[in-house]
Amino acid sequence: MALLEVKDIHKKFGDLTVLDGVDLSVDKGDVVSVLGPSGSGKTTLLRCINFLERADKGTMTFEGREYDLHSASRREIAEIRSHTGFVFQNYNLFANKTALENVTLGLTVTGKKTKAEADRIGLDLLEKVGMGNRFSYYPSQLSGGQQQRVGIARALAAGPDILYLDEPTSALDPELIGEVMEVLRLLAKSSVTMVIVTHEMRFAREVSSKVVFMDKGKVVEQADPETFFTAPEKERTKEFLRLVTKR
Amino acid sequence: MSERVIQILIQSFPRILLPGLLATIPLTILAFSLSLVIAVIAAMIRFARVPVLRQIVRFYVWVIRGTPLLVQLMVGYYGPSAFGIRPNGFLVAVIVFAVNEGAYSAETLRGCLESVPAGQIEAGYCVGMNYLQVMWHIVLPQAFRTAFPALSNSAIGMVKDTSLASNITVTEMFLATRQIAGRTYEFLPLYIEVAAVYLLFSTVMTWIQRYGERKLGSYGKVRN
Repeated sequence: MALLEVKDIHKKFGDLTVLDGVDLSVDKGDVVSVLGPSGSGKTTLLRCINFLERADKGTMTFEGREYDLHSASRREIAEIRSHTGFVFQNYNLFANKTALENVTLGLTVTGKKTKAEADRIGLDLLEKVGMGNRFSYYPSQLSGGQQQRVGIARALAAGPDILYLDEPTSALDPELIGEVMEVLRLLAKSSVTMVIVTHEMRFAREVSSKVVFMDKGKVVEQADPETFFTAPEKERTKEFLRLVTKR
Repeated sequence: MSERVIQILIQSFPRILLPGLLATIPLTILAFSLSLVIAVIAAMIRFARVPVLRQIVRFYVWVIRGTPLLVQLMVGYYGPSAFGIRPNGFLVAVIVFAVNEGAYSAETLRGCLESVPAGQIEAGYCVGMNYLQVMWHIVLPQAFRTAFPALSNSAIGMVKDTSLASNITVTEMFLATRQIAGRTYEFLPLYIEVAAVYLLFSTVMTWIQRYGERKLGSYGKVRN
């Protein structure tokens, strides 16, 4: 059974239809890359399944339980979020907290771990993303790539069953993208389940187990990366690939 | 300046300073602390758009900002008399100054709450915190950092405004000075003297502000 199954999700902002009946299925250990042009609804999809936006309609089955994406209760949302991690495009590190506190805050505040346990977990994770020596730095003292690596460590702190990443490298200078991608490769290797909205075609092709291509609020095509990049079926996919690989 | 004036100034100094330490400073500290509590609650109600309560807060801010502090003091002092209660001037002063300052600081703080990027709140939710936890650990500390200079401004303002409490029988520095001046007929030198003491208090508060900003600024751009 799939770890996460999203069905028929709809979302409008005013008159603008952003998601128009999207389905998504993620198995344990999957790395799903969601591709698509700007405005295709990729980010909104991710935000809706972690309830940062309320979908107008749709259901999701997560770890065997079904939830209504429109009307889930506060408790259900908290329950879901305690099993997910979220990485933001612009990091959103807590500006008033050090790198370590950013990672541990969720653990200590929600009472899941004692301060000492949380610190140990936090330092371990920072080490894992190559930020162990910067644990006492504040976000404003870190480069974008470093902030994003802390952001990834933070998202992993509670040991989530699935990690959502919303264009984790889009706000980074080109020379800083590599260090973040390296961390993501590492995670993929240790079979962390991920759904990643990205423009990094190489990552999508080399690391993901499944590629989902969206356009105008709909899933146009999904396939394993090899098939997707070498033998796409839909005309819209071919056109997209032509444009992005021309660079 | 005559010998006599100098004598009066020297003799009066402790008699001005003492009410300053016993009334002006405690009044400021108590009223300002209380005003912060009021401001945080009022600002959060408006920030979170709590129904009904937010209309009440808006009404409160409207009334307080729209009427003079001196009038508020008088109403606070003579209001209870209408019910046969003889109020303590100092207590009334603490409450009125707190309620007055609370309205202004609430607006300052609300602006600062709204300046905290939405992403900070979303990130808080995503690591499992609830609304109040996000407010307490993330949003309020950041808003306070932004509000700190403006709030310090208000605190310094309040030190001087406490002189108005002399109108409701609180023997603070200004009333003490007026009494001495009334006895000695040396108005100008004594008022200049009390001005110097106010200036001294304000200067100390400016130092505290600077220290506080440095302390709070440690998550800003100090290292590197």
